[in-house]
Amino acid sequence: MENVKAFKNPLIWRTQLFINNEYVNSVSGKTFEIENPSTEDIICRVQEGDKADVDKAVSAARRAMERNSPWRTMDSADRGKIIHKMADIIERDAAYIASLETMDNGKPFASALGDVGFSVAILRYYAGLCDKIEGKTLAMPNGKFGYTRYEPVGVVAAITPWNFPFLMSTLKVSQILAAGNAFVLKPPEQTPLTSLLYGDVAIEAGVPPGIVNIICGFGPTAGAALTAHKDVNKVAFTGSREVGHIIQKASGESNLKRVTLELGGKSALIIGKSADLEKVVPLAQDGCYVNMGQTCCALTRTFVHEDVYDEFVRLSAEYANESRAKIGDPFQDGIKYGPQVDKVQFDKILDLIESGKKEGAKLECGGGRLNEKGYFLEPTVFSNVTDNMRIAQEEIFGPVQQIMKFSSLEEAIDRANDSDYGLVAAVFTNDLSEALYLSQELEAGQIWVNDFMLMAPNTPFGGYKQSGIGRELGFDGLLSYLEIKTVLVKL
Amino acid sequence: MTEVPLPIKNLQVKYKQLFINNEFVDAVGGKTFEVLNPSNGEVICKVAEAEEADVNKAVDAACEAFKRDSAWRTMDASDRGLLLFRLADLLEKHRVELATLESMDNGKPYHIAYMADLALCIKCIRYYAGWADKNHGKTLPVDGNFFCYTRHEPVGVCAQIIPWNFPLLMACWKLGPALSMGNTVVLKSAEQTPLSILFTASLIKQAGFPPGVVNILSGFGPSCGAPLAKHPKCDKVAFTGSTEVGTLIQGYAAGNMKRVTLECGGKSPVIVLKDADLDKAVDICHLALFFNHGQCCIAGSRIYVEAPIYEKFVAKAKQKAASLKLGDPLDKSTDQGPQVDLDQFKKILELIESGKKEGACLETGGKQFGEKGYYIEPTVFSDVKDHMRIAKEEIFGPVMQIFKFETLDEVIDRANESMYGLGAGVITDDHTRAIKISNALRAGTVYVNCYNVFDTRAPFGGFKMSGIGRELGEYALENYTEVKTVYNAM
Repeated sequence: MENVKAFKNPLIWRTQLFINNEYVNSVSGKTFEIENPSTEDIICRVQEGDKADVDKAVSAARRAMERNSPWRTMDSADRGKIIHKMADIIERDAAYIASLETMDNGKPFASALGDVGFSVAILRYYAGLCDKIEGKTLAMPNGKFGYTRYEPVGVVAAITPWNFPFLMSTLKVSQILAAGNAFVLKPPEQTPLTSLLYGDVAIEAGVPPGIVNIICGFGPTAGAALTAHKDVNKVAFTGSREVGHIIQKASGESNLKRVTLELGGKSALIIGKSADLEKVVPLAQDGCYVNMGQTCCALTRTFVHEDVYDEFVRLSAEYANESRAKIGDPFQDGIKYGPQVDKVQFDKILDLIESGKKEGAKLECGGGRLNEKGYFLEPTVFSNVTDNMRIAQEEIFGPVQQIMKFSSLEEAIDRANDSDYGLVAAVFTNDLSEALYLSQELEAGQIWVNDFMLMAPNTPFGGYKQSGIGRELGFDGLLSYLEIKTVLVKL
Repeated sequence: MTEVPLPIKNLQVKYKQLFINNEFVDAVGGKTFEVLNPSNGEVICKVAEAEEADVNKAVDAACEAFKRDSAWRTMDASDRGLLLFRLADLLEKHRVELATLESMDNGKPYHIAYMADLALCIKCIRYYAGWADKNHGKTLPVDGNFFCYTRHEPVGVCAQIIPWNFPLLMACWKLGPALSMGNTVVLKSAEQTPLSILFTASLIKQAGFPPGVVNILSGFGPSCGAPLAKHPKCDKVAFTGSTEVGTLIQGYAAGNMKRVTLECGGKSPVIVLKDADLDKAVDICHLALFFNHGQCCIAGSRIYVEAPIYEKFVAKAKQKAASLKLGDPLDKSTDQGPQVDLDQFKKILELIESGKKEGACLETGGKQFGEKGYYIEPTVFSDVKDHMRIAKEEIFGPVMQIFKFETLDEVIDRANESMYGLGAGVITDDHTRAIKISNALRAGTVYVNCYNVFDTRAPFGGFKMSGIGRELGEYALENYTEVKTVYNAM
């Protein structure tokens, strides 16, 4: 996606719910506000869905998944063609989608465009996968005939977060459709605008009615209605750990719908004494501040070997101060960081920064608000952080870097593993043997060596411990959207 | 059925040269040969004829394109997939022209080239496009402190030699998996039918494949195919054609131990049980033999009918065969066109004579049709005995053999009694029995109550002398992959 220019004032194209291939108002007629975090202006109002709308959507999805429906009887290669067409459409409209994302979420336009590009790659990967979901024939005793079938799990509830709105929705949509399911998507209430475009994309690509449904609304109302619904076969959630617990509980209290969760992280980065600081300092901070820190896999506990600790801290503060000039209007060229997504996040981050100061960490730079309008924060660095501090344990989700000292590799491993989270662990080293050893010992779903945000459509992604349940992306990711049926025949 | 667009009248052949390094070039020796239209024996055009010097040029180009840091070797696997998707789109865009070329060159009716051949070509390329970034190696739990994993690497420079019966489709079956897995290719078309793949070469260039990745040569077996199969810089040879030439190719490959896959001939049996719906059985068997004028490696050329329904079957089969309309392949009412060339034409007629001489009962057909072109009347023999030449040798023409059988055990043994083992059919209403029979038949593809289904997802290939290895499906990827194990001491 080269030479793509932003629309600085993109048209708000869709604000209604999407059910059965139609955009409609909510049953109650209620709406809610969408705010531009860079300006604090209200962009528009969006229809607010609740239980009644969820019921309509789930019924539509259920009908579309009936035994002889067009979607159920379609050749798998034709399903792949439809998903491919969705990728073509999104690629064609990338400038608009990215512009809308920037206005709604606050991320710089170049980042939003990157999100759209990755979304297209994911769709194309899964488009090519549709007709390659293969069962097995099994060696059975006594002349019996046995085989497995991989069938769609059914109606999926997909609940997506506000940090990478379009990308997170795409991740769900592509896997759900590749496996032959129908879905009801509840996009984030902070940033629903780009996800709403999936209705138009579905219609243009030729998806039959009822397969794609989008209900905007809030967690406790629309989200809860979805997770309690008796006719939903699976819920796929990406969001906070707290809500992850709620969702798994809701499954247990309703119909045991299958649950996959992609939750938060407090991911450790280990930097050894032989690290080339010139290279490693920017990488470590970029890996922490990515998406204004609003990333489940941000590297937010930076363990630095004592021999290079002082220099690392000094250079990190310097690099953070250099970044200040690149924070501002996300539509402007050359901007690296935009605002935080809303006031709730903004206040929470400032509160955690205060706790860091109170609990004795050293504030090297930043720590407060930037600019008078918009939820902009100063790039913040804490040193002398100890493992028991709130800033060392709780997910901050802002541009706040925690630097800790360690003496031995074994100590770093144990401290890195001492967390309720386990999403990513990163290692910056020139010693491949060290990297391989660490990748074996660290308790995290992703191990990144010498870079951050390493991800592709074919790499399974998910968390150990309370960072989540299950994996997405790749072949393995698709399994959670399928149900295995074994057929045994006595001949 | 969707309306088939009209073929192009008076189509001019645009691409007549060899395709090497993304360029259309004359042969080094300047030679050309004639391409004939089998419906009237007339010359369509002349195309460049590749000999050993051209083979060497093409292989050098493919080697260069396979070098360690080349554009093709360093391309993301998903981008390889994108190039193949683009090629599929271009095939679809030029579907009418390609189907017209195929019909003119091979003799098959245009509407079948459009609806069957081209549809399968496009699906095949699309299917393999999707595999490009999904051929996984593994990480392995070996003993000791090692990080151990496998890489699935491309085999290298692949020689591909294809036949004339489904010219473009056979090219797609070869190119799809080879390119998807990152190999480079030198493909020799059949001398009878070089035109559609030459046009496709222009689309390969248009799609954006780097120079040298695909090279296309037109030429003859002994002067072009043999040097290619023998070439020491080719890492693999894939051949589809007669069993006779297949065994030669296997010998040629031994020189540098290049990997070999073969798709060869067949004499596939179809077993019709007495409980089968008779009309459906006749329809299936008719399609099994007469599809593509009998020019199908998997043709159901031995039809075993259970004694109680034998007489009725023969009567209906004869009637159905006699109802086929022969004519101009570009005419939409034509069912059957000519055989591909004079050699085939003569061979088929000779085998028909042997059938008559050896005492089979000629029910219908049995001779040339019309005065121009290589047309043969749809022919049905009944009362065929296993020792007859028409019972054992691959005819590759519109000649059906019907045998009688008494018991299931007997017919399974007779069906398996062949040096071939490509396909087999079972027609019965008893599905449990059908599964048991399928388990017993020594054939690469068994069709139950159907025939000639060629889905790109399902592997295809032969037992015994019908071939080595499988094409199509995920299985084909193995033919174009070399596995490397890496042990890393921790």
